[in-house]
Amino acid sequence: MKGLTSSEIGIAALGAVAVAAAATLPLFNQGYYLTLALNIVLYAALCTAWTLFSGPTHYVSLATAAFFGLGTYAVGLGLDHLPFPVLVLAGGAVAAVLAGLVGAATLRISGVYFVIFTFGLAELVRQVVSYAQIKITSRMGIYVFTDFTEKHIYWMLLALTVAVFVTGWLINRSRFGFAMQIIGNDETVARHSGINTARLKITLFMISGAFIGMAGAILAPRYSYVEPPAAFNPMISFLVVIMALLGGTRRLWGPLVGVIPFSILMDFVSVRFPNDTFIVIGIAFLLIVYLLPDGVTGRLEQLRARLRQPDAAAEPAALKEPA
Amino acid sequence: METIVTGVLLGGTYALVALGLTLQYGVARIMNLANGETFVAACFIAFWLFASYQLSPLYGLFVIAPAAFVINWTIYVVLLRPLVARAKNPGMLEVDSILATFGLLFLFQGLMLRGFGGAYTSYAYLSDRFEIFGAFYGLNRVVAFAAAVVIALALYVFLFWTRYGTAVRAVAVSPGAANLVGIDVSRAAALTFALGGALTACGGTLLSTFYTFNASMGVVFTMKALIIVIMGGVGDVRGAVVAALILGIAETSVARLVDPGLTLAATYGLFIFVLLVRPQGFFGRRQA
Amino acid sequence: MTATVLSVAGARKAFGGLVAVNDVSFDVHDGELLGLIGPNGSGKTTMLNLISGALKPDAGSIALAGERISGLAEHQIARRGVARTFQLVRMLPAMDAERNVMAGALFGHRRLKDSAARDLARELLSFVGLSGREHVPVAALTYIDQKRVELARALASDPRVLLLDEWLAGLNPSELDTGIRLIETLNRQKRTIIMVEHVMDAIRSLCARCVVMNTGRKIKEGKVDDVLADPEVIEAYLGDDDA
Repeated sequence: MKGLTSSEIGIAALGAVAVAAAATLPLFNQGYYLTLALNIVLYAALCTAWTLFSGPTHYVSLATAAFFGLGTYAVGLGLDHLPFPVLVLAGGAVAAVLAGLVGAATLRISGVYFVIFTFGLAELVRQVVSYAQIKITSRMGIYVFTDFTEKHIYWMLLALTVAVFVTGWLINRSRFGFAMQIIGNDETVARHSGINTARLKITLFMISGAFIGMAGAILAPRYSYVEPPAAFNPMISFLVVIMALLGGTRRLWGPLVGVIPFSILMDFVSVRFPNDTFIVIGIAFLLIVYLLPDGVTGRLEQLRARLRQPDAAAEPAALKEPA
Repeated sequence: METIVTGVLLGGTYALVALGLTLQYGVARIMNLANGETFVAACFIAFWLFASYQLSPLYGLFVIAPAAFVINWTIYVVLLRPLVARAKNPGMLEVDSILATFGLLFLFQGLMLRGFGGAYTSYAYLSDRFEIFGAFYGLNRVVAFAAAVVIALALYVFLFWTRYGTAVRAVAVSPGAANLVGIDVSRAAALTFALGGALTACGGTLLSTFYTFNASMGVVFTMKALIIVIMGGVGDVRGAVVAALILGIAETSVARLVDPGLTLAATYGLFIFVLLVRPQGFFGRRQA
Repeated sequence: MTATVLSVAGARKAFGGLVAVNDVSFDVHDGELLGLIGPNGSGKTTMLNLISGALKPDAGSIALAGERISGLAEHQIARRGVARTFQLVRMLPAMDAERNVMAGALFGHRRLKDSAARDLARELLSFVGLSGREHVPVAALTYIDQKRVELARALASDPRVLLLDEWLAGLNPSELDTGIRLIETLNRQKRTIIMVEHVMDAIRSLCARCVVMNTGRKIKEGKVDDVLADPEVIEAYLGDDDA
């Protein structure tokens, strides 16, 4: 394992300070700002976990809501039987299993099939869970009663976000991370270099899914009644993609740059123009695709590179991908 | 037996949507996630024409299809062609087109929700009974199926019997090679994308005669169309039709014999089966 | 009798109606530099793809030192010691030369520790003539330099068989000279190599033996001079009116 560079230590210190500062928020406000902050931290965790996989592989996963909902349901179903921390881990595990199955079925083939499959996955899981629930318990929802208040959930999500970042950082410096970068650069070369691309992609997808599942589990106590349409809300999948892409997926902290402003924007829109949320989301996607294909961080890095070497800004001639 | 016939009738309409998407993805190489919105918009326009002007949906086809053609053509030229120019490889184009059409999906659905509201809508058109092999079906379903067959046949004639249709098929096989033999690939892609949109709109118009629809339904139909296209083999017209009929039958069977709440599970089950067993689809030609 | 490193028996691959490789058999001996030649479209690259596992043969078998590799996944074949270069060079575009080469030394036939892999990458880049340029992003390298990086990457895995797919294509005369000399050095180091080439001078000067393919079939095998003088081979390249 390589040692830590001084810049890495610096970033870690900054991060620790930021987290500590964020953790003190509930001491000052337990109303509107805490709710907003909770949303931000939730999506910070979700988007960063999403980027763990979709960043290096360039596979757009729309399965977030499925993993999230499974985590929520793990808590909802098990709360009378098992302690909460165990259920959080269980939620992560169940989500990871689903990710493994989905990955095994679709990641060996092509990115497009993957996107399509995950596109409807949340709906599929929701249908199956609803069906099973009505058959077994003849009710649609589950009651979740705990002593947790918003501030506890906030702190747990903050801890989860830190865990996601640390995991991502560890992966990036490891051989696993290097292999994933190779896969993202050119999968054919990866395979010919001895990398079992399918297995690695599936593994990374499972890690990403596990964190998303845990986020869902942690959030379960927030609402005393959990129902499939809310737990498996496809909006979650779409918002995660927007925020992560907006921020930029080349860097682990890229999504954060998208999460904070967009959460605030969505909050604003859902209050002032509740009928127009879809339109806002649509425009956001279009803006990202056409103006910010590498996200805000990508655009900033381009500007930085151009400022450093104004004559090297032209694209080098050599590289053309064979069709 | 009754289930099968109902399934086939439903599958006919699915086939039109799938054909639309097949053209858009197989030829223009655009994975159009907003396809379902064209479909739903057509449902609403057909309804509006029928409710306000008593215009039969069958005549409505002649209004809606050209309108959809023009709108989709505009979308391709203004929004999607720049992505084609920008993409460094086919993989990038696919991702970009997915994200862009995803944005369009939200935009259109948002506009439709604003315009038509979120309520479920349906209207009565030709809801008399029609007998086939001793069982009764809605006349509207039968007529819709017949219309779908006519349209599909027209498409077949275009693709396989006309010169330009052959050019379109060439682009589906290899845009690069088609370019080299003098086909204006860019124009063919735009026109085919527009044609795909028109076909999908026909599907929507016909479906609205016997199905209850609402503004949020587009996503479900896009998904079904995508699954059909992949099951049938990307770019393959026969495959799309066969897969659509199979899906129609499977869905209807599950809805009747198992549980109407599990139709999507059935669709996905079929999808998974195809992905695992024959990923290039029934008639697919690309190496998986 | 030198050992047989690679053995191809009755290999066949068809794409729809087109049979790209039709019942081809040949052996490659330890330390040999075997030429694989033939006119365009004769199936040479498909043959390499079958060996490296990019494609699976429809029939026949391919064995590496007696162990069957046909039917295995690419990464498994790579781990057993098959490395290649590509007809259109494939770089890892977001990385520098050193990391591109390291990719070959970490996951496949050779699995070194990071520091050892880095040292090896440096050594190999120097061998192919790119010393001092380890940290140049490969996107900024010229085509010929990218080819060198690709060769270094293939060598990084210490392959038992190295497949060169028209590695000398597109080079000007002085680059060609350097390239031929590089391969010559590899030959002297007793590397087993299969070389698909169109540059006949290279085949003549480098290979002792070669295999000729035409429209998917093997039409001749033997000493280079004999093969290149054979009327059937000449006809395959030039067409019968010019033979």
